[in-house]
Amino acid sequence: MEITVNINGTDHTADVEPRLLLVDHIRTGAGLTGTHIGCDTTSCGVCTVLVDGTPVKSCTMLAVQADGRSVTTVEGLKSADGLHPVQQAFSDEHGLQCGFCTPAMMLVGAALIDENPAPSDDEVRWAISGNLCRCTGYMNIVKAIQAAAAAASSNGDS
Amino acid sequence: MLPAQFDYVAASSVDEAIAAKAEGGDETRFLAGGQSLLPMMKLRFATPSKLVDINRIASAGLNSIRRHNGQLHIGALVRHADIAASDAVSGAVASAAPWISDPLVRNLGTLCGSVAHCDPEGDWNSVLLATGAEVVVQGPSDRRRSIDIGDFVVDFFTNSLADDEMVLGVHIPVPSGPSGGSYQKLERKVGDYATVGVAAHLELAADGTISAAGVAMTSVAPINRKATEAEALLVGNAPSAELFAEAGEAAAAAADPRDDVRGSARWKRQVVAAFTGRALAAAAEQAQG
Repeated sequence: MEITVNINGTDHTADVEPRLLLVDHIRTGAGLTGTHIGCDTTSCGVCTVLVDGTPVKSCTMLAVQADGRSVTTVEGLKSADGLHPVQQAFSDEHGLQCGFCTPAMMLVGAALIDENPAPSDDEVRWAISGNLCRCTGYMNIVKAIQAAAAAASSNGDS
Repeated sequence: MLPAQFDYVAASSVDEAIAAKAEGGDETRFLAGGQSLLPMMKLRFATPSKLVDINRIASAGLNSIRRHNGQLHIGALVRHADIAASDAVSGAVASAAPWISDPLVRNLGTLCGSVAHCDPEGDWNSVLLATGAEVVVQGPSDRRRSIDIGDFVVDFFTNSLADDEMVLGVHIPVPSGPSGGSYQKLERKVGDYATVGVAAHLELAADGTISAAGVAMTSVAPINRKATEAEALLVGNAPSAELFAEAGEAAAAAADPRDDVRGSARWKRQVVAAFTGRALAAAAEQAQG
């Protein structure tokens, strides 16, 4: 069936099988490979994208379910003004090692900051508790999200 | 990893969804949050020939959490995250909501989907058993009925829905007198199934004694199981640590856990006893609050 999904501000129309997963529509259909596939069993969260602003696992949603909806992937975080505060903070705070989980972590961080401009350590850890990182031990990820929140607040564009 | 092929219908009304389900029979499944169904389809544990997506039905009833006539209504499209964020919920329901799977799953998964899925490792059916909830279902020609949760959960992954019936929501009684509830869950990591879960619900009479009690367990029997002997011990007595410890022992005796990667059966029974005591103490504190 034909679907149109707005990904990062651009409509992507395709004729897809109902069984196509949203993550495949993003990676293969739209060619946006920043969204990763990890466990493929709803356990790791690396395929996280924002659907109408809400973080969900794109391996556990059908592409047809996203018809007419807006999806933000890591490629959509950057704006004309430059990197999103979470992207800058992950770079500054070294919030990654191998980088595989990083797109998902940054999207969850961005969604959290939208709702809660000054999250506590516990609130950040709670928000990212569905996202696995096998490298960092999470310390710098938490630091980066908090630094991003502080930067976004001081820019007045959280 | 793609699921096997299936036909897909996005229903725009409850009537349309029920008609599509009735036409397909038991080879057709409703798609709500999909957080259990889609993983099972990817692994070929489920191979429905048709999915009826109910997510686009713009019905207030399916999308709302509200209190009405002494009952809390939670509609079929209400996500776990909506329940965790709602001011309308209390007791065991409010206690369990933040502990369902992980934050990403909570953003899509629904309480009613979990209830209908009847996975004995699912948390909500214990909460519903403890609180004495009903599942409201509809069939063709507006044929509607309410099914007591004890009758709705038939067996391992088996509910009592007819092939042409759809879950509209659940009704959870909201006691008029003092009451409280709690859900205690042990999990190895966020997003894992419960190693042990215990839901408790207490209502108090004017003299402070327990007038009604519900205790139900997750992951320690082939289905979510009510600890009826523990409940009977509680009713008519004043809340106390000794009483709750005794109820905990009765619940542990009613559990039927298995040795697995999450722990030994013997240890899980001990966790049931301890968690039952904790859940009851938390429930009593709330009720007395």
